[in-house]
Amino acid sequence: MIKSLAKIKNLSIGYPNKKGELVYVLKNVSFQIKPGETLGIVGESGCGKSTLGQALMGFLRTGSKIIGGSVNFADKDMFSLSIHQLESIRGKKIALIPQNAGKALTPTMRVGKQIIEAIRLNADLPGDTAEKQLVKLLAQVRLPEPEVMAERYPHELSGGQQQRVVVAMAIASKPDLLVLDEPTTGLDVTTQAHILKLLRDIVSELGTAMMYISHDMGVIARVCDRVALMYAGEIVEDTSAVELFKSPAHPYARGLLESIPRLTLAGIPNSMPGQPPIPGTIPGCSFSPRCSCATEICFKKSPEIEIIPQTFHLVRCHHWQRVLAKDFSLELIKVFKTIEHRIHDDPAIELSQVEISYHHPGFLDRIRHTPEPPATVSDLTLTIRRGETLALVGESGSGKSTIVKTISGLLPAKSGIIQLEACDLKIRIDERSMELCRQVQIIFQNPDASLNPRHMVAEILDQPLKLYFPKMTHKERRIRQIELLERVRLDGRYRLRYPGQMSGGEKQRVAIARAFAADPDVVLCDEVTSALDVSVQAAVLDLLSDLQKEHNTTYIYIAHDLSVVRAIADRVAVLYQGRLCEVGTVEEIYSPPYHPYTETLMGAVLVPDPNFEPRLLASDTPELSPPAQGCCFQRRCPRCIPDRCVTETPPWQFPLSSDGYKIRCHIPINELMVETQVV
Amino acid sequence: MPVATTSTEQPELFKRRSPIAETWENLRRSWSGMLGITLIVIHLIIALTSPFLIPQDPLEMNSKISNQAPSYEHLLGTDKLGRDVFSRSMVGGRVTIVVTILATMIAVSWGGLAGILFGFLGGRADEVFMRIVDAFLSIPWLLILLLIVSIMGTEMWVQILTFGFTYGVSTIRIARAATLDHVTSDFILAARARGEHKKTIVLKELLPIVLDVILVDGAMNWSWMLLGFTSLSFLGFGVAPPTPDWGSMIAKSRETLAIQPWTVFGPVIMLSTLIIGINLFADAFAKALGLDRSQGAPV
Repeated sequence: MIKSLAKIKNLSIGYPNKKGELVYVLKNVSFQIKPGETLGIVGESGCGKSTLGQALMGFLRTGSKIIGGSVNFADKDMFSLSIHQLESIRGKKIALIPQNAGKALTPTMRVGKQIIEAIRLNADLPGDTAEKQLVKLLAQVRLPEPEVMAERYPHELSGGQQQRVVVAMAIASKPDLLVLDEPTTGLDVTTQAHILKLLRDIVSELGTAMMYISHDMGVIARVCDRVALMYAGEIVEDTSAVELFKSPAHPYARGLLESIPRLTLAGIPNSMPGQPPIPGTIPGCSFSPRCSCATEICFKKSPEIEIIPQTFHLVRCHHWQRVLAKDFSLELIKVFKTIEHRIHDDPAIELSQVEISYHHPGFLDRIRHTPEPPATVSDLTLTIRRGETLALVGESGSGKSTIVKTISGLLPAKSGIIQLEACDLKIRIDERSMELCRQVQIIFQNPDASLNPRHMVAEILDQPLKLYFPKMTHKERRIRQIELLERVRLDGRYRLRYPGQMSGGEKQRVAIARAFAADPDVVLCDEVTSALDVSVQAAVLDLLSDLQKEHNTTYIYIAHDLSVVRAIADRVAVLYQGRLCEVGTVEEIYSPPYHPYTETLMGAVLVPDPNFEPRLLASDTPELSPPAQGCCFQRRCPRCIPDRCVTETPPWQFPLSSDGYKIRCHIPINELMVETQVV
Repeated sequence: MPVATTSTEQPELFKRRSPIAETWENLRRSWSGMLGITLIVIHLIIALTSPFLIPQDPLEMNSKISNQAPSYEHLLGTDKLGRDVFSRSMVGGRVTIVVTILATMIAVSWGGLAGILFGFLGGRADEVFMRIVDAFLSIPWLLILLLIVSIMGTEMWVQILTFGFTYGVSTIRIARAATLDHVTSDFILAARARGEHKKTIVLKELLPIVLDVILVDGAMNWSWMLLGFTSLSFLGFGVAPPTPDWGSMIAKSRETLAIQPWTVFGPVIMLSTLIIGINLFADAFAKALGLDRSQGAPV
C-alpha cells in the first residue's frame, strides 16, 4: 500500500461563541491524500471546506481552535510544529492556490519578480538561472511570450492570466501537494475550462498531489480522482470520482447532482428544501431535516462512516443500502420541472439600433479629432415580448450589464431607440415619471450587496411601497409586506429580520420580493443565482418562473451560465463585445446551427461526469475593446475566414427563414450545422 | 413546494434583536468600555449635582487663607485668592461639558451630513468642496478658534457654534470616506434604479450605514473639543472669570506651580479622567460596532 502524503484524522475545529459555547466548524473529519492523487473537497458554502484546506497547511483562523484530532503532512503533525518548521513546509512542500488571484498578487510588483521570489524561496539560485527557470515556468503554465509577460504588472493581466501566474508561483518550488481553494470561481466558462486543463496537465507532468476545494460538481468531476463530499462540517461521502458520479450513496450527493441545471435538459431542476444546520446543533444525522429517506433513527442517532465492501466507498448514512438500491445516473434525471414557453406577440421592450459608449471625448481629443473607439454596445436591435424571459448571454465584458443599466436608466444610450410599449425608455432615471420607474425593476446578482444591512426586511419592502404607492397607509403596507414575503415563500415574520440574520437564498428571495413590491411589468435579473449554492439556485429559479406566470412579467435575464439560461429562458440573445451574435428561442440556440462563439461557450460548459471532456474551441484571451471593423469575434474565432471576417461586417442569416432566429456570421448556415473540429 | 424557512426548527431566530441592543451587549463585555462609561457618567453626575454638594463656595475669596496646603477643610488646599480648589475643581467642568457636548452634536450633524452628501454627489461639487475643507484643515485649529472667538466674543452660544463648526470640518472627511465605501454598492444602485430622490438615498440608505463611523468619530471629537476648550480657557478666551473653569484654573496655578503644586492637581485630574473615559468608551464603542477589526483586540 502506498504511504499517504497527508493524513487528517478525526479533526474537529471550533470556536467559542459569545456565550462561551463551542461552535463546531469541522467535526470528526478524516481522510488521506496519497502522493500524486487529486482529492476534491466539495460542498456548499459554510460546510467548512476552506477551513479544512487551511488546517492542512497548519493554519487556523483567529479565535478558532483544534478540539480534537490531528493533521499530518509527511509524517509531521502540522499543529505541533514551530513557526520556523512550518515555514520550511509552507510554500515549499505544500503550496496554496487561492480563489482570487488578483488579490493574491502584489499589485506594485512585476509578476516576473514575484515568481522569482517564489523560486528563490526554495533554492538560492543566481540571477540567470532564476530567470531561465522563470521563463520555463511561464511557458509551463501556457502563458504566451513569457519574457513579455514577466515584465507586466498584475493589473495588466486578465483574470485567467493572473491565475496562471499564481499557479506558476505555486509550482515554482515543485511542491508535493497543492491546495486549491476554488481557483476558477469567478472566471468565465472558457477561461475556467482552460485553467482546469492546465491543472490536469501540470499534475500529470509533475506528479503533484492536489487537494481541490470547490462547490462546483462539474469542476470536481473534471479534475479529481477522488472526491470527499462535505455537509455541515462532516465528510458524508468519500470515494473515487467515477463511483461518486455513477452511484452516489448519500442522499445529499444525489440531491446535489439532481439540482444542477444541465445544458442538454430543458426546465428547472429539483431543489433541496431547507438549508444546512450549524454543525453539531442537530441530534441525529445533520442532513436528516432535508432528507427524503430519513427515518426515525436518522433524527436520533448520528450515523458513523461505513465502508461499502465492494467499492471501498465511504459513506455516512444509515440507509446507504436503500439509497444505492435506487438506480442513479445523470441520464436518468428526467424529472426537471418544465416551464411552458409563453411567446406572446405584443412587444414589451423594443430596442432598436442602440449604441452605448463609456467614452467621453476630452478637450484634446476634440481638437485633434482623435477617432472615437468603437462603442461598448453597438447596433443592438432586440424585441422582448410581454411575459417572456429573454436571456442575455456572454462572457464578462460582453456588455450584458451595460445594456441592463441603460434600460433601467442608470446609463445613457448614445443613440437608438428604447421603448417600453409607448413610453420612451432612453431617458435617464431622474427624468422618468414615477409610473415608468415602477414598471421596470432590477434584481441584482449578490443579495449581500443589494440589501442595505442596516434595514430590516420590513423597511426594505417599505421603500418601493412608499415610493410608488404613496396613498397606502401604514397598515396596508404591513399587510402587503407579509403577502409579498409569502409569495416568495418566506414566513411573514421575516419582516423583523436584518439581512445579516438570513441565508443567501433567503436574502435573494427578499430582493425578489422588493422588486415585485412595485408590481412591475419588466424585471431585469442580473445574474440573480450566480452567488447562490446550487441546491438553492434551483428553488430561486422555480420561484422566478412561478412569479412570472402569476404576474405575466417580462424578464430580461443576464447570465454567463449557459445551463441556467437553458433552464429558465424562453429566448436567448448571445452577445460578444456588445454585439449580437445569435438570437433565437432556447431550442434554436441550444441546437445546431451554432454561431462559432455560441459553440465556443457551449463547448466549455462542464458536466458533472468524470468522463466528460469540454471542447476548447477558442483561446481564453480576453479582448479589451471590439475591433473597429469586420466581425466582433474575428480575433478568437476558430473558423475565421481570413479576409472577409476582418473587413466585412457579417450579415444576419435566418436559418428558419423566419425573423425570430438569426445568426450573424459569414459562414453559410449549412456549414455552421457541422461541428467545429477541436484543434 | 419548498419553503425556505427555519421557523419550525429555530423559532428563537424570529426574536427581534435591534442593532442597538446588540452593540450594547458587545459593549458590556468590554471592561475598558465600561470603565470609560463609568468615568463619563461620574463626570456628568458631578457636573449636574456639584453645586449642591460642594463643601465650600467656589467663588468666596478670603485673603487670610490664600495659598494653603491641603487640609480637612480644604481638601486640595486654596489658591492665591483663598478659594477652595476642591470645590472649584468640582464645578469647573460645568461650562466646559455643556459647551463641548452641544458643540459635538452640531459637529457630528453638519459634518456628517455634509460628508455623506458630497461623497454621494461626487464630481466637481465634491472636488471643490473638499479642497476648501483641505485648506481649512491646514490652518492650526487653535488659531482658528482664537480668531473666531476674538472677533465674535466669548459668549457661550458663540463658543458652541464655533467649536461645532470647526470640529465638524474633520468629521466631513471621515463621513465622506465612509460614504465612498458604500456609494457604489448595489443597494445604492438599487435605490437609484428605483427612482428614489437624492434626499431619501442620503438620509435613508447612506446615513444608517455610515452612522456608526460618524458616532465613533463624534466621541473622539468630544475629547478633542474638551482639550480645545480648556486650551482656550487657559489662554483666557474661554469662560469669563470669576466662573471657575479647569483651563483657567490650570493657567492661574501655573504661576505658583513651584511653591504649591497641589492647586494644579484638581483640574488636571478632573480633565484627564474625563478625556481618558471618553477615549476608552470610543475605542470600545468602535469595537462593539465592528469597526475596529484589529486582530486579537479585546472587545
